Amino acid sequence: MNNLVISNSLRFIGLVLFQVLVFNNINLFGYLNPFIYIIWIFLYPVRKNQASILILSFFLGLSVDFFSDSGGINAAASVFIAFIRLPILKAVLRKSDFDHILFNLRSLSISKIFLYIATLTFIHHFIVFSLEYLSFDSFDSIISNTFFTSIFTILLSVLGILFFTKKK
Amino acid sequence: MQQLIYFIKKFRFFLLFLLLEIIAIIFTIQYHSYHSSKFVNSANFISGGFYNKVNSINEYFLLKKENKLLIEENIRLKNILAKKPILSDNENIQVIDSTIYHQKYEYSEAKVINNNYTNRNNTLTINKGTNHGLTPDLGVINSNGVIGVTKNVSSNYTTVLSILNNSSKINVRLKKSNYFGTLVWDGKTHTTTQLLDMPRQAVIKTGDTIITGGKSAIFPEGIPVGIIQDFIFENNQYQHINVILFNDMSSIGYIQIVKNLEKEEQNNLEQKTNNE
Repeated sequence: MNNLVISNSLRFIGLVLFQVLVFNNINLFGYLNPFIYIIWIFLYPVRKNQASILILSFFLGLSVDFFSDSGGINAAASVFIAFIRLPILKAVLRKSDFDHILFNLRSLSISKIFLYIATLTFIHHFIVFSLEYLSFDSFDSIISNTFFTSIFTILLSVLGILFFTKKK
Repeated sequence: MQQLIYFIKKFRFFLLFLLLEIIAIIFTIQYHSYHSSKFVNSANFISGGFYNKVNSINEYFLLKKENKLLIEENIRLKNILAKKPILSDNENIQVIDSTIYHQKYEYSEAKVINNNYTNRNNTLTINKGTNHGLTPDLGVINSNGVIGVTKNVSSNYTTVLSILNNSSKINVRLKKSNYFGTLVWDGKTHTTTQLLDMPRQAVIKTGDTIITGGKSAIFPEGIPVGIIQDFIFENNQYQHINVILFNDMSSIGYIQIVKNLEKEEQNNLEQKTNNE
């Protein structure tokens, strides 16, 4: 249990610093910057008590906001995907309930991991860009930004999870 | 009462979710409004300190460009100096009359430690703050032209509202005539901005130079901004005037901060006139 707390806090700090110091400055094709910090929400242990993930996701998003001067945009999107994470996971696994303690993301097949990450990433990015533009006139920019940045983020998060987490 | 407690217990995660979302949305609304002071910004001890550390490494990669900028500016200033006529031949007699000197603007330098230009609303963070005499709403320029306006100030760091921002509106004019317009950004590319409210009787051509107008109390008149790339003249009105910026907003190192010493006087007078 203690081990879990340490590894999650290290991952929290590491991902925020990676996001703001490296991935916010990638500017692929001039404007694409992936939001890799949401990997933390994908990997957070699944529990019946959702209070911890909601509060921690809020602070995860807010710390990214502090660095990138973006108000509460990332916080809002992170809390949202933290809240819908469990229903999405249930839908992907086609199960109404599963063993919360023993659940491990790496025990799933790669296609299911991909589906789970892709759904949450699209929703997260759509909220981020909608709140950033905040106008219906720029709907095409919101959609294109969401689409291309999501592809980049999904690619990096799936690779990151496959390479850097242990398969049990 | 018991039912209420039961209700809260049943939906406690949903209520927590709603509460956090509302806080986040309040921060977002604050971020979109120009005038309210912001709680979430990078002008604080932690993020400012981190950016400062990272920038002390990154700045070496910009040295060549900075040197070139400095040399260009020196040459421009030297040329202005060379054009200055000699007033009298009795150079040995100098009368210093302090009453004829009048200073309206004060310049100071700072270094950009964080710069973003790919979002819809971009900001920069610089390494000076209230300890160095900075306040909100000061103009930020470099030798190539306008960069933005200071926004949130902490004791050692300041965030700058870039001209590549939805809430940035800068009063500009044509260099060759006195017609005024407003410079805004549509969020597409970081090299071009848009010119609005240009009166239809103004004659403009592609390649015309745009400079800051003297109407605002923030920028001095005549700071270069960019040149007109293209425009559409429709229904007897100018639509979509695109302006290429002189500044490359993607790589900015050192900047200058302009403080208008008579700003308070001007604002007070204007307010007084408006109230009457």
